[in-house]
Order: sequence, then structure tokens, then C-alpha cells
Amino acid sequence: MAAERGIWIGKQLFRMMVLLGAVTVAVFALLSVSPIDPLTANVGQTALGSMSPEQVEKLREYWGTDQPALSRFLAWAGDFIRGDMGTSLLYRRPVKEIIWERFLNSVWLMGSAWVLSGVIGFGLGILAGRKQGGVADRLVTGYCMLIASTPAFWIAMILLLIFAVHLQWLPIGLAVPIGVAAEQVTAADRISHMVLPAAALSLTGISNIAMHTRQKMAEVMESDYVLFARARGETERSIIWRHGIRNVALPALTLQFASISEIFGGSVLVEQVFSYPGLGQTAVTAGLGSDVPLLMGVTVITAAIVFGGNAVANILYGLVDPRMKNRRKKS
Amino acid sequence: MGEYLLEVKGLSVSFCQYEKGWKRSRIQVIRELTVSVRTGEMVAVVGASGSGKSLLAHGIMGVLPYNASVSGEIRYQGEILTEKKIRQLRGKEIVLVPQSVSYLDPLMKVGKQVENGKKGRTGQCREALGRYGLGPETEQLYPFQLSGGMTRRVLISTAVIEKPKLVIADEPTPGLHLEAARRVLGHFREMADEGAGVLLITHDLELALQTADRVVVLYGGMTVEEADREAFQQEETLFHPYSRALYRAMPEHGFSFVPGSQPYVKEMPEGCPYQTRCREVKESCRKFVPLRKTERGSVRCVLWGGEESR
Ligand SMILES: Nc1ncnc2c1ncn2[C@@H]1O[C@H](COP(=O)(O)OP(=O)(O)OP(=O)(O)O)[C@@H](O)[C@H]1O
Ligand SMILES: [Mg+2]
Repeated sequence: MAAERGIWIGKQLFRMMVLLGAVTVAVFALLSVSPIDPLTANVGQTALGSMSPEQVEKLREYWGTDQPALSRFLAWAGDFIRGDMGTSLLYRRPVKEIIWERFLNSVWLMGSAWVLSGVIGFGLGILAGRKQGGVADRLVTGYCMLIASTPAFWIAMILLLIFAVHLQWLPIGLAVPIGVAAEQVTAADRISHMVLPAAALSLTGISNIAMHTRQKMAEVMESDYVLFARARGETERSIIWRHGIRNVALPALTLQFASISEIFGGSVLVEQVFSYPGLGQTAVTAGLGSDVPLLMGVTVITAAIVFGGNAVANILYGLVDPRMKNRRKKS
Repeated sequence: MGEYLLEVKGLSVSFCQYEKGWKRSRIQVIRELTVSVRTGEMVAVVGASGSGKSLLAHGIMGVLPYNASVSGEIRYQGEILTEKKIRQLRGKEIVLVPQSVSYLDPLMKVGKQVENGKKGRTGQCREALGRYGLGPETEQLYPFQLSGGMTRRVLISTAVIEKPKLVIADEPTPGLHLEAARRVLGHFREMADEGAGVLLITHDLELALQTADRVVVLYGGMTVEEADREAFQQEETLFHPYSRALYRAMPEHGFSFVPGSQPYVKEMPEGCPYQTRCREVKESCRKFVPLRKTERGSVRCVLWGGEESR
């Protein structure tokens, strides 16, 4: 039993490695055909024009454009496997350091948005699916439709306009106040900078989980076992707790882990709007500035987290659902 | 035989459905259904698949889907069984034995489901399961781990753990071998003998005749005949051509089979639902036929010209 589980988890890990490898190749390939010339983008046309050919040659060497993509990739991959993620060309600091710093910023932002959208979305989904066509259902469905057809960055800008510009309750952007020494930044400062981006991310994240939960809940409420529970005198309330949540929780939790990628996707835009220095914004900066080592680093970390989420979703299903547990035992 | 416990008169059930696009249509699945159960009595409702047996059971329990509309009269102990009343009684005085494993929560262990969320019933649960030969280990199983026969026994246990006055058992025997089926019906018989009423829904006339006091024959959602057990001993004491066909279809009476099948609910004709297969069909079969009294029950057939029943 334990050995089987070990093999199964090992397989999942192997799959993740292969996928990660494929993603790095894809990103590298895309970068090498990107129309952005790192030299013009980062040094500037005019500055380049006024430089001597030797200086330009040195710059070419620095940005790596003098070598073919394949050999650059192999060099990068070799270093990466040895644990060296390289040095950022834009920031001139180790990639590892930058990513760690940005990751910490993002973790709180995305983590709170992820938990909030999950919990609220689940609650709304249960409420809506409990009685299809009811008032709660129509409100929740309406909200989700509206949100699903609204881009995350647009919501971010609306929030910014209302709460930061008009009401001035919350700061306009960044992760910490401007002009304050790092040691003096309080937790309250950090939280107040996170509220708006987290709200923008959660507001969009809710609709997916809510609609999915609503659908499942509606199915459960129409099921034979709920009919029988009613016939046995269970109240609607008891039915929702004993049968509804029990049967909806697992698919919802799975979706929640699988939806980490969406939170990441949303964060790229939202962080951009709020100039929030997280992983998403770093990816945009690195991509536009052709900072290959940094972009590759961000990509690998992001992909690992997303794949990790999906793997957790799979594992959860296998470990928690009694039907799956048994199926694995048999096979 | 005691007082009337359950009286269902002229019950009809229809569903509101949306067809292709937005056209709303109403399909009538039960009409003119009449059944009654007295205290201490076991009444079998016999009908082919799709004749509306489960819907009758769900209609009495007040658990039909939202798009269903019900008319007619359902009385319990002489009083109209209102929605409010059935809510109070179901699961306590009136219990349902459902038809299949899909009526069990797939993610809840059997023991918990039999106990139905009420504390301190472990002993009763064990006793109820034990009565049907299921050991305490069954309590820890999930519904998908049960065999067909075990499922059946678990479903029955959910009813006997209560102390019901009226049991509505929807096909409680398929999946059980003959001996077990007889034992299950024997338990229902005991409950009836102790004063409860039992409405046994089945498609197996032979099995019904072994234990039930009276048999109600359904066809196409309608009561076509109702008679006591003795009436089913000979063909001559049955009056509706469909009941006679059922009689002749029993193994000991030659397994004979009437060609054709029960019309689909949407193609159900006006009047007698059996007219499409009946050899003695008349023009008057196409109009409403009332239920008329016979010597041992009542029948809905133009060939029988007795007094109108109730
Ligand atoms: N929710 C529904 N909407 C529309 N039609 C329905 C619905 N439920 C049942 N019916 C129809 O009503 C008819 C009677 O169904 P019912 O389940 O009562 O049959 P039954 O006599 O119990 O059959 P079986 O012996 O197969 O269990 C069937 O033709 C079925 O298609
Ligand atoms: Mg049925």
C-alpha cells in the first residue's frame, strides 16, 4: 500500500519535471524569436548610435545576443541544474535573491486572494445552488456573469479610482510606502498596500469557484439521495450540511488547487496596475527587458507552483474520495 | 381489517417541461390513480416499468421535483395529508423504502445513513441491519462497496429502524434471491400484522400475491383494477383485460404474453390507457372510464357495468 502510493507520487513528480523542462524550452524558444532587441530596448537607440563599435560589442556580449539561442539555453540549463539561477541583467543582482524577495510579496497577495476567493466563492456557490432560480441564485449568477466578462485589470483600475484616488483610504500602489526605510515599514503598511490588489484578484477569482460550486450543489439537490433525505424528514438545513457540503467540498477543493494558475494569470495584470513588486510584475519587466535569466527563473518558479497545485488537486482526490481510494487499491 | 390509514383518490401528477427552445409542455404521468391502505393491511401496487409507481410513492411522501404538479386527494388517517402534515410525519410515522442505491449518499458510511443523524441509535442500527443478516462491519462501508442485495437490505433497514405506521416500499425485493425476498416481505407482513399499513410497490405479481391482502393494478399511470388476493386466484374473478393478461403471464398460468407495450407518457391516449393493446377494445374506451365496484374490488373497464365506486 505505502509502496504503491510512493510509486504514484513519484510518477506525479516525474511528470512535473518533464513538464517543467518543456516549459523552459518553450519560453527560451519564444524569447529567441521575440522581436524585441535587448540592446535597443535597454540601452536606447540614441545611446547605441553614439557608442563605439567596441562598446556595442561588449554590450552584445553582456545581453548574450552574440551567441546562438541553443548554446545559451544549454549554458543556462547547466547552471540551473547545479542550482545557479544566474544574475539578472537588468538589476545586476542574483536572480535567486530577486525572485525570493518578489515571491514573498506575491505569496501574501496571491495567497490571501486565493483563500478569500475560495471561501467566498464556495459559500456563494452553495447559496446559489441550494435553490436554482431563487433570489440568491439570480444574484450570485448575475454577479459571476458580470465579473467573468470583465477583465481583472479593469476591476483593479476601478478599485484604484474609488478607494485610492477618490476616497484616499488606501495607498495607490507599490508594496511599501515611498521614502520610508525598510526597517521602519510596519505590517500595517504592508497590509494596507495589499488590500486593493488582493481585492481585485479575489473579486475575479470568486466567479469561477462560485459557478462551479453552484452547478455541483444544484446537481446534489436534485439527486435521489437528497430526495430520500427529505423523505426521511431531514430539514433543508440539515440536507445542505450533511449531504450538500459533503458532496460538493471535494470537487470544489480540487478546482481550488487547480485554479492557482488563474490567480497567477490575474496577478500579472493586477500587479502591473498597482505597480506591486510581485512575481507577476517581475515577469512583465523581465520579458519586456529581455532579461533572460530573470524571466526563466520566474517562469520555472511559477510553473512549479501551478503544477504543484494541480498535483495537490490530483492527490487530494486520490486520498480523500473513498471511491478513488478503493479504485487504486484494486488496480 | 382496520380503519383507512391512507386513501389516494384520483391522484394526478404532471411535469412541466421545456422542449426544443422555449415551448413549454405539460406531460401527464399519473392520472386517476386510486389506492387505499387500511391499518394492518398490506396492499401491493403492481404495474409495468414506467407506469408511475415510484412517482406515486414520492407523491405521497411530498418529495416530487419542483416542476411536478399534483392534484387529487391524499388522506392520512381520514385527514387531508397537507404539505405541512407530511413534513412532520415523514421519516417517523410514514417511511419510504426507496428503489435503488442512488438514494444513498455516496460519501456517507452506511451506519450513519441508517441512523439518519440522530444520536444514540447505534444499537438500533445494528439491530436493524442484523435483522437482515448484515454484520456490524457493514456500518463502516460506503454505498459503492455494497452488493445489490446488501443495498436492498440497507435500504429496508432505514425504514425498520423507525417505528412507522405506514411503510411505502418501492420495489424492495429485486437483487435478493427468492428466499431473502420472501423473508423481507415476511417482515413487512409482520409489521402489518402488528397494525401498520404497508404499501408494497412491485412489478412482480406472483410475489405480491404471496403476502399482500389486496392488489392494485396500474397501467399507464392509472388504476385499472383493484381486488383482494383471492380474486387473483382465477382469471374469471378479474375483470380488466390487463389484469387478466398479468394473470396469464404468471409462470404457473402459462407465461403468455400480450404483444405491444405500454404507450410512452407523451403518447398516452385519452380514456383507457390499455386500448392500444386490448383485444376487446370499443369506441367507449376512448373516453373517460370511471372506476366501478366489483364483487371483490373495483375495475375501470367498459366491459363491466357495475355501480360507480365511491
Ligand atoms: N422528473 C420527471 N420528469 C418527467 N417525466 C418523469 C419524471 N420522473 C418520471 N417521469 C416519467 O414518469 C413515468 C413514471 O415513472 P416512475 O419512475 O414512477 O415509473 P415506475 O413505475 O416506478 O417504473 P420502474 O418500475 O421502472 O421503477 C415514466 O414514464 C417517466 O419517464
Ligand atoms: Mg420505480
